[in-house]
Amino acid sequence: MNSPTHLRDELGPYFGEYGGRFVPEPLIAALDELDAAYQAARVDPVFQEELAELHRTYTGRPSIITEVPRFGEHAGGARIILKREDLNHTGSHKINNVLGQALVARRLGKTRLIAETGAGQHGVATATAAALFGMECVVYMGEVDTVRQALNVARMRLLGATVIPVTTGSRTLKDAINEALRDWVASVDNTHYVLGTVAGPHPFPVMVRDFHKIIGEEARAQVLELTGALPDAVTACVGGGSNAMGIFHAFLDDPSVKLYGYEAAGEGHLTERHAATITRGRPGVLHGARSYMLQDEDGQTIESHSISAGLDYPGIGPEHAWLADMGRASYLPITDDEAMQALRLLSRTEGIIPAIESAHALAGTIKLGKELGPDATILVNLSGRGDKDMETAGKYFDILDAEALASENLAPVDSSDIGTGASE
Amino acid sequence: MNAAVESRVAKVIAARKSSGSGALIGYLPIGYPDLATSIEAAVALAENGVDVLELGLPYSDPVIDGVVIQKATQEALAGGFRLSHGFEAVAAIRARVDTPVLLMTYWNPVLQFGVDRFADELVAAGGSGLITPDLIPDEAHDWLVTSDRTDLDRVFLAAPSSTDARLSQAVELSRGFVYAVSTMGITGARSDVDSAARSLVARLRTAGATSTCVGLGISTPEQVHEVLGYADGAIVGSLLVKALADGGVDAVARAAAHLATGK
Ligand SMILES: Cc1ncc(COP(=O)(O)O)c(C=O)c1O
Repeated sequence: MNSPTHLRDELGPYFGEYGGRFVPEPLIAALDELDAAYQAARVDPVFQEELAELHRTYTGRPSIITEVPRFGEHAGGARIILKREDLNHTGSHKINNVLGQALVARRLGKTRLIAETGAGQHGVATATAAALFGMECVVYMGEVDTVRQALNVARMRLLGATVIPVTTGSRTLKDAINEALRDWVASVDNTHYVLGTVAGPHPFPVMVRDFHKIIGEEARAQVLELTGALPDAVTACVGGGSNAMGIFHAFLDDPSVKLYGYEAAGEGHLTERHAATITRGRPGVLHGARSYMLQDEDGQTIESHSISAGLDYPGIGPEHAWLADMGRASYLPITDDEAMQALRLLSRTEGIIPAIESAHALAGTIKLGKELGPDATILVNLSGRGDKDMETAGKYFDILDAEALASENLAPVDSSDIGTGASE
Repeated sequence: MNAAVESRVAKVIAARKSSGSGALIGYLPIGYPDLATSIEAAVALAENGVDVLELGLPYSDPVIDGVVIQKATQEALAGGFRLSHGFEAVAAIRARVDTPVLLMTYWNPVLQFGVDRFADELVAAGGSGLITPDLIPDEAHDWLVTSDRTDLDRVFLAAPSSTDARLSQAVELSRGFVYAVSTMGITGARSDVDSAARSLVARLRTAGATSTCVGLGISTPEQVHEVLGYADGAIVGSLLVKALADGGVDAVARAAAHLATGK
């Protein structure tokens, strides 16, 4: 690392060799317009105050941090601190970005918001902002995801949004992005595309990161206040990478703080059913930016697989690709089962039911805590709550019907359930 | 317009223009419904009034394509389409007809194959160049260098929303023709071709364009005729793909001949 003190200043359109704008020409005017509006907004105190006020009175920021010692016992006794993005209005970090983009869209005079969504959290957040600002809202969602996140489909519809199931390709998040881009090409005059992660063409990666960096800024100060020191490591799950960039950003220029992103390894990163983009992918162009992606020899995107709809994406934002290459952040795979065991463990040890996405960060943290030992402090981004995942979890643990409920072992889980070779 | 080398595509288009009308450019994806049939279908286009062939390489994430082309290219991929089939098809078609062939491809397949290696294989197969829908000139440095080395055509897109500066850049860096996107939208037949196309072509001419073809939404001989009234070529895609899907090679041949009556 040549200049470790300047990583936070990177503003795109390129992060090293990654990023850029690989989109059809008809979209360039809209991206230019958005970039100009965003550049103006980011230095405009009126805009910043508007957003801060919304966060105070609507999102519920600052979100708290919660220390979780009973969970920590299963993570090598390390001191584990959760950043509670699950407590935000609508249940995840996604609202941070959506409110920011909705304000920019309003400044641009746009009256219609469109979005892609995987887990449905970004779609719900966008539908929420559209309701709040009196805008029309259309959300594209892979057909597979409309089934596994049915509750969020109902939430979006209740909020007044139109949810369009996408039936092309793998019928998941990547295809929902394709559909949203197709809509946008034809509707740029009155429509803003609220992209839900730090991927896509410039200015999305930098703009979405900036709207989420409040997570790390708050958490850095909160941890300092609680412990008197910076954490030894910061962890997050990585789909497209927005919650991870949000919490990493404030720490990028603190070289003592190690950064870990946990990718979805599905049935195992060495199988063909995973979403471990950095672990198993290579650089290419997808959805408007150059970054790592899962692809075959011919550059055709490979379909990803994860139990978590929000991580089931074969790409990752360009800033992560850059951080991975320079070694500033490490990206490691977590399987479906490791995530589900961590989801249950946090539920039972701390009374907090995390989203399956966030459970990947918890599973990684268990392994990391065992590596770093009891002297370590680890800050985990708890990106969302698990309400939306109750059907998946209910089936996974077979706890949905009365009979299963009766036979369910009610004893607290022991750490061998985590499958990480617990030794305490 | 980049005239450092004599583009065959530009020459063919210019010849059709000076003979009174303009060029008909026909799109079909390679590998749909299978490799052999796609070759026959392309030859049928060339034998029925299509002046330049635009052959699409199926891609997993075709963001500027509408449902007709999406469905066909997805089927080609499911049928085992490989990039090597693209070069095979170009060589087979060029062995039978003299019509110039451009490949229409999203950028990642070229990037993964290797820009230089891709260009060399295309030259060896007798192809004329590339239409790159998701590669804007700003990101095209490697392709500019390679296409200059190999004299391949490079067709960039121009849109009604493009600024004058961007139109000038597209005109300056394109070779073969500039692809004027008729409407703000994706591929697919439309009942009327946007009036935006006419003013876009006029703006491109002001920017110095000598070879401008209009695409997206054109599906009738009347539309071909209308477009050739102000542009150098008319590009037809979805209508031909649909004809192939519904009625096979014979239907494609008839559809092309019918469209050509608009020239
Ligand atoms: C709770 C939660 N965490 C994480 C993600 C993954 O997205 P990202 O990697 O952009 O944070 C999602 C996406 O839907 C989510 O809902």
